[in-house]
Parts: sequence; structure tokens; C-alpha cells
Amino acid sequence: MLGYVIRRVFQSIVVLLIVGLVAFSMFRFVGDPIDNLLGQERTLEDIERLRTQLGLDEPFLVQYWNFLERAVQGDLGISYRQSRPVAEILLERAPATLELAAVSGLFAIVFGIILGIFTAIRRDGWASSVIMTVSLIGVSLPTFLIGILLIYVFAVELGWLPSFGRGEVVDLGGWTTGFLTASGLKALILPAITLGLYQMTLIMRLVRSEMLEVLRQDYIRFARARGLRDKAVNFRHALKNTLVPVITVTGLQLGSIIAFAIITETVFQWPGVGLLFINAIQFVDIPVMAAYLMLISVLFVGINLVVDLLYFAIDPRLRDERSAAGGN
Amino acid sequence: MKKTMLLLATSALVVTPLLASAETLRWARAGDSLTLDPHAQNEGPTHALAHQIYEPLILRDMFGQFQPALATEWAPKADDPNVWVFKLREGVTYHDGAAFTAEDVVFSFERAKSETSAMKELLTSITEIRAVDDFTVEFVTDGPNPILPNNFTNLFIMDKDWTEANGVTKVQDIANGETTFAATNANGTGAYTLTSREPDVRTVITMNENYWGKDEFPMAVTEVIYTPIQNAATRVAALLSGEVDFIQDVPVQDLGRVAEADGLEVRTAPQNRVIFFGMNSGADDIDSDNVDGANPLSDVRVRKAMNMAINRDAIQQVVMRGQSAPAGMIAPPFVNGWTAEMDGMSSTDIDAAKALMEEAGYGDGFSITLDCPNDRYINDEAICQAAVGMFGQIGITVNLDAKPKAQHFPLIQNGETNFYMLGWGVPTYDSEYIFNFLVHTRGGDRGSWNNTGFTNADVDTKIVSLASETDLAARNSTIADIWSVVQEEQLYLPVHHQVLNWGAKSNVVYPNVSPEDDPKFKYFEMN
Repeated sequence: MLGYVIRRVFQSIVVLLIVGLVAFSMFRFVGDPIDNLLGQERTLEDIERLRTQLGLDEPFLVQYWNFLERAVQGDLGISYRQSRPVAEILLERAPATLELAAVSGLFAIVFGIILGIFTAIRRDGWASSVIMTVSLIGVSLPTFLIGILLIYVFAVELGWLPSFGRGEVVDLGGWTTGFLTASGLKALILPAITLGLYQMTLIMRLVRSEMLEVLRQDYIRFARARGLRDKAVNFRHALKNTLVPVITVTGLQLGSIIAFAIITETVFQWPGVGLLFINAIQFVDIPVMAAYLMLISVLFVGINLVVDLLYFAIDPRLRDERSAAGGN
Repeated sequence: MKKTMLLLATSALVVTPLLASAETLRWARAGDSLTLDPHAQNEGPTHALAHQIYEPLILRDMFGQFQPALATEWAPKADDPNVWVFKLREGVTYHDGAAFTAEDVVFSFERAKSETSAMKELLTSITEIRAVDDFTVEFVTDGPNPILPNNFTNLFIMDKDWTEANGVTKVQDIANGETTFAATNANGTGAYTLTSREPDVRTVITMNENYWGKDEFPMAVTEVIYTPIQNAATRVAALLSGEVDFIQDVPVQDLGRVAEADGLEVRTAPQNRVIFFGMNSGADDIDSDNVDGANPLSDVRVRKAMNMAINRDAIQQVVMRGQSAPAGMIAPPFVNGWTAEMDGMSSTDIDAAKALMEEAGYGDGFSITLDCPNDRYINDEAICQAAVGMFGQIGITVNLDAKPKAQHFPLIQNGETNFYMLGWGVPTYDSEYIFNFLVHTRGGDRGSWNNTGFTNADVDTKIVSLASETDLAARNSTIADIWSVVQEEQLYLPVHHQVLNWGAKSNVVYPNVSPEDDPKFKYFEMN
């Protein structure tokens, strides 16, 4: 067991290092930050001086090494754009993204499961057909378009919900939350729907097909033959067995909700890390880009590691094979 | 962060009940100020916010005219043309109550001249700054500098004691990983005080009750809430839904919608920025074309033909939806040296252009790559696309290569492009600035944006002479001479002057859309 865990952790670290390496080799193609840092009046000497001072004249491997050296000491550098420590900015921005991800994740799970069950049980009803058709739109329309549409309808035409920002936030010792004010809650609705719509349709379709599969099983037929009520059959017996794959997929989707909040955050001017990353790319703010990419890969690698370890704990076959192999 | 929120909370409790007629203006534009340190960035949105909180000696009002701010009078010294004397305004205090004196001016200019300052290039001619008495400052230059005050309009004055007390006497140095108190805090003499700030999210400024010009200006806006909204569609939606009162950078395709909406108004005015194409005319051969052993761009007839091929009216009507002014020279109309005659000189004439191409030996045309930014100027990529078709009419096959600005400008910087789009604003409102950067031979302090390879010793001498020519008539005639060479050589292909669009609720009244795109809220009225 311990050997397996150590091996997996080691593999994860290698993956992280490779992600960093690829990221640093790409930065030069994003552009040159010098031009953004100096005004239009800059002289050629200024450019050279700043480039040397920032270490941008070094090969990317050296830049990467310098970044790693500082990062292990907890120093992520200073943002070129905001001139503040990157770690401070990330901590300041993280609550916005995490709250948005949590709400849209919850929205996706709750509505996904409910609608999935509904369309599976009433699979020939007209309501199911409508839901299935509409869900196609949810999968096929790009996020920014959905966001703009929602803004147009609910902010501009109806005037019910705000079109941008987080509303008023309350500071709870370093964590800013929009959950405690009316305007904060209102501001969450549109971005959460925009971000969660794709996941919701995904979960809904998954639940539906799993449920249809399970409903065809013999034990369900026997349950019906025994005269159990529909409610008991559908929810106690069928749904439970449907949820196993759903939970796996949902866990993995959580990472992508956080990572791909970029577009939603840009459309709604949501002050999270995704918007920060977009600004960093436009400005070629290398310290912020590097920190963000590393953070996201830590997140993904972390989730995968947990999933792997959970499999290991759940599935005894994995353990047996390992120990058998170790015996040779 | 915690401090900001605390400040926000206290200000909400304390300030609101005191103001009988509190008028809050919610302001949005695409970008945020990058730092509150007034000498750390020389950039539009940063200066625009700084202008509310800090003040320069002289400022440009919303028509672009000089107005006294912290200085009341200025003139060259009678017996020494190398010295400018500035009389300072008396009775001015900083937001923390400290008095403004000549010592602060000397300190601030020295700070702005220091190695890590972004403003130092505007002050290179100054050799000494001295306080004669508490309210008189003299600037000594390395030769007579007739337009020195033009460089001062974005040079903000800080309190020497405040910077000392907070350890910010030096301009923040990003290269050394510094972050300073002055980047997130401010103490100026301006009409508004900083109440709270979260970079990229929300900045609140409140009217300064002790402002020296309280009775001189409308000062109707008591509080400004500034939120950057990057996405243009969202920014317009926020104005349409009434969540903000005033936005800059209205996208041209949405102008009609905003103007038609009830209770909203759009105002436009020419911006201090001209858009043009640059060409590498100096090289013997270039590698981005299909002509071996020769550089078609080095032939002035080819450049003239290309200039004639551009249909500026079509670009204005189709690409810009009327929101631009066709240009014939690369100086915005406010600039000293601009003439209506030169600006109106470029007209489309495909037949004459073809004849010129024939004469130059390129009757069958040639192909070349055009580098273009896609996120810097209004509809930049679309302008380039339109131009590709226009150059095609005279046989030039243009391959368009559009990239984000962060990749485009290094090409110009490193001389890696032979045909490129560039936009230019002139903060000093004088042609010398254009010549220094775009016409003078590249090297040293000058010509840093001149990627044309153009070099002319006579022109260079004339450009250098502008810096110290005190006879304004003679200086203006030199400027005209240089312009005639630039036009004669067809050094650049002017396209148009950009137009600025501001959208606001009808009750927000302001004198003019300022050419620098920087609203100064002390001039705003709320009806």
C-alpha cells in the first residue's frame, strides 16, 4: 500500500514538472512583456536593461529553474501587471472562482440528476423530448454566447439580475464571500448557470442512459413483478445503482469547472483567477501565468491522485495483483 | 484586502450621511489602472485614474487645452532661456492635510527622473530642478527647451514627507520584485481621495472637501465607483441595464443601440491617435517578399502607389462604421505642425497607382507579408483585411499575419517586420515627439519606433535642432520642412485618426470627450 502511494505521488510530481516545462517553453510565443512594462517613450537601452533584470534574456530552462527555485520557497514572484506578489493576488482571487465553481457544480448535479431521472422514467413523454432537445442546445452553444444571451435577457431586458461582477462581498478573515449579501447571491445566478450548463446536460444524459440501462435489468423486472410501487423501484433500487459512474464523472468534472471558468469569468467580469489568467496572457505577465498553470495542474493531478487512491481502497483486486506481482 | 474592506465599510458608514446631495457616478472602461504609483507606468488608464487623485503642475482639460493646476504661472526666465520658472499655487493641501510646497515639486520631478521611473524619457532635457522659495520652482535644461511644459501634463506631484514616512521615495522597481506602499495607496492634492481599491475589481474615490478648486469647477460628482469591464458586450449591457452610468470604449457596432436607448447618450470626438502602415524602405533586400535581390519598398514610386491604393473612405464607412477620420499625415489634428492640407492629401487613384508600379518595374506586382495587431487598435485586424484587398488591386499580393499586441510590437522593436501597422498618440501635442520616435535614424535615445530604415542626416539634424530652438516661428518652419520630407518620401501610409466614443446616461454632463480618453471628473455635472 505505502509503496503504491509513494509511487503515485512521485509520478504526480513528475507530471507537474513536465507541465511547468511545457508552460515555460510556450511563454516566449505569447509575446514580450517588455513592451507593456515600458511606455511608448522607452529607449532601446531601457528595453535591454529591463530584459536583463527580469531574466528574460536567459534560455527558458534557466527561467524555469529560477521559478522552481523560488516557488519551493513559497515565492511565486511579482506580477508584472499589478506589481504585487502573485501569491497574494491568487489568494485574493481564489474565493470568487471557488464559490462560483461550487454553486455551478451544485446546480449541475441537482438539476442534472433530477432531469436525468425524469427523462428516463417518462422517456416517451413530450416533456422529456423538450428537455432532451433543449439540452442539445446546452451542449452545443459556446459558453460565451450563453452568457451574453443570459445577460441580454435577464439583465438588459428584464433587469432582474446584474450583468457583471460579484455584487457586494463580505470579508471573513481573508476569504471574501458573496453568499451573505442579497446582491452577492443575485450576482452568482447567471455566471453559475452559464458555467454549469454544460456539466448539467452531461450529468443529465449520463443519468438518463444509466437509468435506462438499469431499468432493463432482471432485478428491476422482478421488483415490479413483486408489485413494489414505482417510487420504490425507481428511487430505491434503480437510482442507487445508477449513481456509481455518475459520481466518478462528477468528481473529475469539478476540476474542469474550476479550470475552465475562464470564459465565464471574462464574460461576467467575475473577479476570479480565470479573469486574472486572461489578463495575464494579454499582458504577458509570466509570473502570474506560470503560477496559475502550476496551480491548475496541481489541482488536476491532486484530484486524479485521490481518485486513484480511492480505487485502490475500494477495489481489492488492485491490491492482490500488486502483491502478487511484488512476490515474483 | 482586509484593509480595503474595512475602509469600504467605514467610509460607507461615515461619508454617506454627511453628504446631503451625494451623487455617485459608476464608471466602467475596458482596462484598470496598473498601479497607483504615479511615476511607475506611463499608460492611459493608469494616468486617467491618477488624474482624479493626484495633480500635475499643468494639466490638459477635457478639450486638450492647457490649464493651470498646481502651478499658476509659468514662463522661461527673462535672462536665461535655459530656465523655466513655475509659480506654484498657494494654500493647497494634500489629502492627509500636509501643505504643498516647492520642495514637493523638486522631489517629485527627481523621483520621476530616476532610473526606475516610467516617466523619465519626458524629462531627459532637465539638468537641475531647484526651489527658489516655497512657491517658485526653476527647471534648468541642457539647452533652451521651448516646449518643456508640454511634457508636464501627466507628471504628478507627491508629498515628500508622505513618501519618506512610507518608504516610497523610490519608484517601484518590478524588475527587482518590489511591491510598495505607493502602488496601493495614494495621497495627492486632487479633487478626489482614494476610498478603497481592489485592482481589476473596484476602485472607489470620494470628493475631496478641501480641494483648492472646489468653487472653480462643477465638482458635482461626490463619489466615483470605477469597475473595469473587459468584455465589450458586457460593458454595453451594464450601461443599457443601468448598472453603470458612464462607459468608455463603446464598440463601434453597438453605438447605434446605445444611442437609441432611452436616457442614454453617446458622444464622440477625435482621439489623439493616428493609425498607419510602416514600411521598411531602408533595406537593400527584404525576406518577407517574393522579389529576390531587391526591396520594392525602397522605391518611393511603389510607396506612393500603395498610398494611392488605400481607399480611406471605404475603410471609414465599412470597417469603422463612420467612426474615424481619414488621414493624410501621421499627426493627429491637435498637434503643432498638423495642417489640413497635408492631412487631406491622400486620395485613392488606382489607375495612377498602377502606372507608378509599372514605372517602378513592378507592373506584375509582388507579394509581401503585412504584420498587424488584433487587440490593440479599434478594428485593427479588419482594417488590415480591407487593406489587403486594396493593395491587391494594384497587383500587390499581401499575406496578412495578425497577432496579439504582445507579439506584434516586439516585431517592430526588433526590426523583424518589413510592413506593419502602428498607431501613434502624441502626449506633448507637438510634432517633435513624432519625429523623435518615428522619423529620426534609429539609435541612442531617438528613433526607437522607426522601423522604416529611413535615415537622412539633414533631417536628423533638423529634428535635434527642434529641442532647443526658442524662436517659435523658426521652429515651426523647421517642423514644416521635416513634414514635407516625410510626405515626399511617403515614409508611412496614413490610414485614419481614431475616434473616441463615450456612452453615458443623459443626466451625466461633461464638457467634451477628451482627446486623451481620460475623463476628469471635477469637470462633470449631474442633472
